[in-house]
Amino acid sequence: MKDIAEIRADFPILKRKVYGKPLVYFDNGATTQKPQCVIDTVDEVYESYNGNIHRGVHFLSDMSSEAYEKAREKVRSFINADKREEIVFTSGTTGSINGIAFSFGEQYIKPGDEIILSQLEHHANIVPWQMMCERKGAVLRVIPINDNGEIILEEYYKLLSSKTRLVSVTQASNALGTILPVKEIIAAAHHINVPVLIDGAQGVQHGIVDVKAMDCDFYVFSGHKIYGPNGIGILYGKEKWLSGLPPFQGGGDMVDKVTFEKTTYNELPFKFEAGTMNYPAAIGLASALDYVSDIGRENIASREKELLSYATSRLSAIEGVKIYGSSDMKISTISFHIKDIHQYDTGMILDKMGIAVRTGTHCAQPVMDHYGIEGTVRASLCFYNTKEEIDTLAEGIEKVKSMFA
Amino acid sequence: MTISEVQDNIIEEFSLFDDWMDKYNLLIDIGKELPVIDPKYKVKDFLIEGCQSKVWLYPEFDGKLITFTADSDAIITRGIVALLIKVLSNRSPQEIISTDLYFIDKIGLRQNLSPTRSNGLLSMVRQMKLYAMAYNAKNS
Repeated sequence: MKDIAEIRADFPILKRKVYGKPLVYFDNGATTQKPQCVIDTVDEVYESYNGNIHRGVHFLSDMSSEAYEKAREKVRSFINADKREEIVFTSGTTGSINGIAFSFGEQYIKPGDEIILSQLEHHANIVPWQMMCERKGAVLRVIPINDNGEIILEEYYKLLSSKTRLVSVTQASNALGTILPVKEIIAAAHHINVPVLIDGAQGVQHGIVDVKAMDCDFYVFSGHKIYGPNGIGILYGKEKWLSGLPPFQGGGDMVDKVTFEKTTYNELPFKFEAGTMNYPAAIGLASALDYVSDIGRENIASREKELLSYATSRLSAIEGVKIYGSSDMKISTISFHIKDIHQYDTGMILDKMGIAVRTGTHCAQPVMDHYGIEGTVRASLCFYNTKEEIDTLAEGIEKVKSMFA
Repeated sequence: MTISEVQDNIIEEFSLFDDWMDKYNLLIDIGKELPVIDPKYKVKDFLIEGCQSKVWLYPEFDGKLITFTADSDAIITRGIVALLIKVLSNRSPQEIISTDLYFIDKIGLRQNLSPTRSNGLLSMVRQMKLYAMAYNAKNS
């Protein structure tokens, strides 16, 4: 494995300073930085072979279509899906979930049906279902969490019933870092023939994802959270589900024949890719997945585990710091609060020290409601972060305490 | 003091410090002078939307001048609203409506001290001007 200096050298932005201080980037849960190879790949598309995919007969269009389809194959093998037809490009996790919520709702949902989510969900895995439920007269059921920030499996088992039509849960909580027992969740749902969607926005970048082994029916994630470009995301769906669902958007490229009387749809996966897709970002995502594979996903996971454990012990040793989310199974995300100091004040001062964190509810208000708090400070780490940076954060917290005491 | 004189004083005070931490410390100190809102007005009606922290702002109009009191659960935000109150409280509605708040840019409040989206600096200014417009309309 590359050493940490070599890894950091791959990410040009990590060299920059903010307010004259070296950047400490701890907002990877919001978006990750991009290695040079991804930046170069996207540049190369525009510099040497930009042409709209699947449409032209010309050289450039052919070249970009081929790169785009290669990217699809790359994603397929990265998450170990069966077929390329099961990989749909979208704008991101939010786009993927909205799409499935719409199509699944149209096809399968009747008044009184139930969708199960967990209390750890990001708003992107709540609101689309809520909108669909309102349209269809269906009901959301929510798996509660305990004070460690873990879902209570027994409560989930009780929620499963003949009314359940779909379960949609996150692989890992963006607000607390908790990793969910997705295998158990999926097995129980499948036992009563209910499909499961896994929101991998905070999961795919932290270790090996094998959709076949997991046996999820849908898996969604965003390119920009796994070191790829913005504006590209993935919707994986088992072929048996995707082929039975209607498209969620109409337009060019997703059609077979169009007349004003009737339109027939293109085959998978194109049925779900209406209009001009963000092919430069898709091609850039393939480059990011290559990069991640080169570093090694086991290496990434073990490095991040080490960083998490160092950060947890360093921060919990500071008087007045309370960490939210104490599950044994966590991604490298730490949510905390300093006693009597508003998270916004903390974030502002850390920012001036060059430390980028996120403050507030992290688009997961139900999690905050569980603890009865207004928000937290979230440091989301990844493999290019260092123990020295964690030390800088600890010093920053001491500085904040001294300023607001 | 005129509104401009108050703004110029603030600009001078902030110009004494180069370091952002010192400027923050000044902002924190200014927050301590904030004319605090009566707790009974710390309700939803007087809460300003659009801030990561909570800000309550209460106007009082005696027929000539508007006085503001406020509070926030975040200390930096309390400093920011205290600055605005220093400039805009005890002024006529017309003055409040027409004032150009140039001190905000001059002390780096907009760019550096307060990402406007999270602390709602602009929402606070807008709310103060809206109250002034309402009282102005009532008066005429």
